[in-house]
Amino acid sequence: MLSKKVKSRILFLVLLLLLATVVIFFIFKSLEENIVYFFSPSEIYDKPNISLNEKIRIGGLVKEDSIIKDQTSIKFIITDLKKEIIVSYSGAVPNLFSEGKGVIAEGELKDKKYFVADEILAKHDENYMPPEVSKALEKSNN
Amino acid sequence: MFKNFFPNKILSLNNNLISSLLTAMILVILVGLIYALFISPPDYIQGDSVRIMYVHVPASFIALGCFGFIGIASILNLIFKIKFMSLMAKSLAPVGCIFSLVSIVTGSLWGKPTWGIWWVWDARLTSMVILLLFYLAYIFTWKFVNNFEKANKISSVIGTIGLFNLPVIKYSVDWWNTLHQPSSITLTSAPTIHYTMLIPLIIMLLGMIIYSLIIFLMRYKTEVMKFKLDRKKNNK
Repeated sequence: MLSKKVKSRILFLVLLLLLATVVIFFIFKSLEENIVYFFSPSEIYDKPNISLNEKIRIGGLVKEDSIIKDQTSIKFIITDLKKEIIVSYSGAVPNLFSEGKGVIAEGELKDKKYFVADEILAKHDENYMPPEVSKALEKSNN
Repeated sequence: MFKNFFPNKILSLNNNLISSLLTAMILVILVGLIYALFISPPDYIQGDSVRIMYVHVPASFIALGCFGFIGIASILNLIFKIKFMSLMAKSLAPVGCIFSLVSIVTGSLWGKPTWGIWWVWDARLTSMVILLLFYLAYIFTWKFVNNFEKANKISSVIGTIGLFNLPVIKYSVDWWNTLHQPSSITLTSAPTIHYTMLIPLIIMLLGMIIYSLIIFLMRYKTEVMKFKLDRKKNNK
């Protein structure tokens, strides 16, 4: 049915694609540290050789009732519901920055629990709904 | 149905089909836009910037879908040497390329008010740029390599390699920590997007798919004509 030529081409291509998959997998595996955009607090805690005073990004949720604001600076806690890191930042936060929502902070770790940020980004989650629905959901949760 | 895409059939494609598709597209896009801009509610956090999604998501979807087709056509072409497959892929490439650009630009416009930044190099955004580069490489190969056989081979190799990027784009938000949010619409679970927002999204997707189909059919017809003319010239 298939000519010999076609068969050999299929075999060659399948082998090549398999090889490429394996190679790409290992490249991604070894570059994982560079591909992830941010580390969660748990990942920071689990890291054996943590690099202090070096630019990194951490991300998670802004812990409820943890925001302390004064005129120029803001302090809050980033949590992944297992571990927490205190973040301090001076400057304006994005509009969507709020308690219980996702956040990414770029800056330097002073120690495993304290982070000084020089940029704050709000992370949006995959939920989309009208305000009324969100209010109704909140009501039924409380 | 697939037979209709054979080179001889496509030449008899008349303008009636194109113009009825065009009418359908205008109607669907119009309804979609009215729904997206006026009827659907603002989001509970993002407010009105959620409306960018009604263009962003369909554009990304079509950009990925087109390259999926190009990749599979490239593999089939490398194995079986089916010429009309590569002509189809060639005609589809500009549509996908433009939509990947639209996806990147609209995403960036959405990112500023939502994340607080226009652009970051996280896995999703970077892999989307790589898709755009693959599109450009694919298109430029056809444009600048004059010999058909040669262009056909090189572009098919590019299409095949680029196929690997598609699952990376799709799953980048699950495999790595990214700034970009995970998918709201998945095959395995209920969509996390409210139906008042899902409806305009689907209508817009439909409208943009019809648009892509129109552009594709017109280009494909031209490509087949060009191919046949070249062939005739060379035989003389």
